[in-house]
Amino acid sequence: MSGGGTKAGRTLAMGQDEAVGGGRQSVEAPFGQALVRLGQSRNDVVGLTADLGKYTDILPFRDAFPERFFNVGMAEQNLVAVAAGLARTGKVPFATTYGVFATRRAYDFVAIALAHSNLNVKIIAGLPGLTTGYGGTHQAIEDLALMRMIPGLTVIDPCDATEIEAATITIAEHQGPVYMRLLRGSVPVVFEPGYKFEIGKARRLREGSDVGIISTGFMTERALDAAETLQKQGISTGVLHVPTIKPFDAGAVAEFASGVERIVTAENHVATGGLASLVVESLFEAGIAKKVTRIGLPDRYIECGAVPTLQAKYGLTTEAVVATITGLG
Amino acid sequence: MLRNSPPGSADVAALQRKATLLRRHMLTMARGQGQGYIGQGLGIADVLAALYFHELRYDPHNLAWPDRDRFLLSTGHYSIALWAALAEAGIIPVEELVTYGADSSRLEMSTLDTTPGVEVIGGSLGHGLGQGVGQALGLRLDRSDARVFVELSDGEMQEGSTWEAAMSASHFELDGLVALIDCNGIQADGPVVLDMEPVADKWRAFGWETAEIDGNDMKAVVDALAGARQRNRKPKAIVLRTLPGKGVPRIETSEKSHFFRIDVAQWDGIIAEFNKSVGMEQ
Repeated sequence: MSGGGTKAGRTLAMGQDEAVGGGRQSVEAPFGQALVRLGQSRNDVVGLTADLGKYTDILPFRDAFPERFFNVGMAEQNLVAVAAGLARTGKVPFATTYGVFATRRAYDFVAIALAHSNLNVKIIAGLPGLTTGYGGTHQAIEDLALMRMIPGLTVIDPCDATEIEAATITIAEHQGPVYMRLLRGSVPVVFEPGYKFEIGKARRLREGSDVGIISTGFMTERALDAAETLQKQGISTGVLHVPTIKPFDAGAVAEFASGVERIVTAENHVATGGLASLVVESLFEAGIAKKVTRIGLPDRYIECGAVPTLQAKYGLTTEAVVATITGLG
Repeated sequence: MLRNSPPGSADVAALQRKATLLRRHMLTMARGQGQGYIGQGLGIADVLAALYFHELRYDPHNLAWPDRDRFLLSTGHYSIALWAALAEAGIIPVEELVTYGADSSRLEMSTLDTTPGVEVIGGSLGHGLGQGVGQALGLRLDRSDARVFVELSDGEMQEGSTWEAAMSASHFELDGLVALIDCNGIQADGPVVLDMEPVADKWRAFGWETAEIDGNDMKAVVDALAGARQRNRKPKAIVLRTLPGKGVPRIETSEKSHFFRIDVAQWDGIIAEFNKSVGMEQ
């Protein structure tokens, strides 16, 4: 949150900071800044949005390159179709909207117009999981599950401002369609500036032998903080950050999991179909039989409310991660 | 060879002969599997003949030419017509046409973009026009004067994405974008399920320069295409009234012209009749 503090109260006004975190340094609009830098070095990069430019941090790109920016209005199917057409003329479109609209609303277009032809379009999806208090219409709680089912689509859930910037540059160089979750506004800095993002690679951030937390998205920030607290309580806790949901780094997950007593997954997403399912599938396939405890959203629509309240209620906080792990017995 | 004839130069009789050739190719294709979307294909044959042998600028030996005009077949199940046109244009071998719809043939009953000359995956309806908008924007960014033609159908207009695309095309003033709307009055469940009339008024209201013609009248087709060449900051819509099965009376009058399936002997009869009526040898 801006200023580093935690905001109380409901966050129903559009454009208010609704992302994540507190107490850390933050960067304003890391995606927008990175896209401007990209636009300066590459004139094939174009920007699109569907009436959510203000709320997906892409306006700096519009201001820098007005000719290369297209706002198609409230029309997410068309957003994806137009981006596909631009890609067929050699452009690298970055198309922004909210995750709920890019998935539930435009799914057929992402699958057929983009992925089936392996077109070079990057969908940047705001309000992932529980990062808005707007309720079920705006919370993309199942987007990772939906998108990972699309053949050939790369799916990324970055943790912080550093990773968003790095991933924006990296996915532009990657040939093919990408769905990337966006933490917007003031985004906390968790990783050092030198942090390297590679598509399809998980990253071991912390070693531990009792518990291994496998996490993605902003839950990695909570996992790191929780591990710190747990260490003080005598529980040796490792953290494996898995920012790429597809292609999934099953090898790294299996290796990490085999070195710890217990496995806990943590994701800003329903606890089925996303990271947890991928971890369980890959462990089963590797023949590693260990109990997995899943931290994620329940199988229900989340109500309106203040983001910190909702995240606490549904277990997406550092405290909740600590409580889950200490309660494992 | 680059094609794109000067306006007004159309040899209407020659284009009509091309359309007849396309129809004969389609009958051969449909006979192969005993079935196909032949009604739609025969109906649109005149338009495809006018496009591929008069209006479009393309090089059959350099399909990736950046300044080529694009033709997007949004109704992928009209592929039977596209294969005929691509074969006659020298992009795919004529001998391959008989494989239409067969296992492992690249001439699918619904287009995939893996076949040479295909610019878009059609078939999931409502996808073509938006992609045409994107291509037109991309060509404009490249300062190319190439144009984008998108075929879509009356039933397809029921997909809301069509109108999302229509709104954006006029907003972006895409005067190099031409929508060719095949109004043949049939859709999967029979005669048009939702009344889409007045079709031309709808496009006009969305900011498109609109013409409405008999899509089986070659002179009207080439004139409408010539009219759509104007670069006046408006996208162009040509509403084509076509007859499903056009040119083959037994199919024209069939109630099942959306998807036509008969046995081989009947196909042979139809083809013989057709050849005789157009003065062609078997």
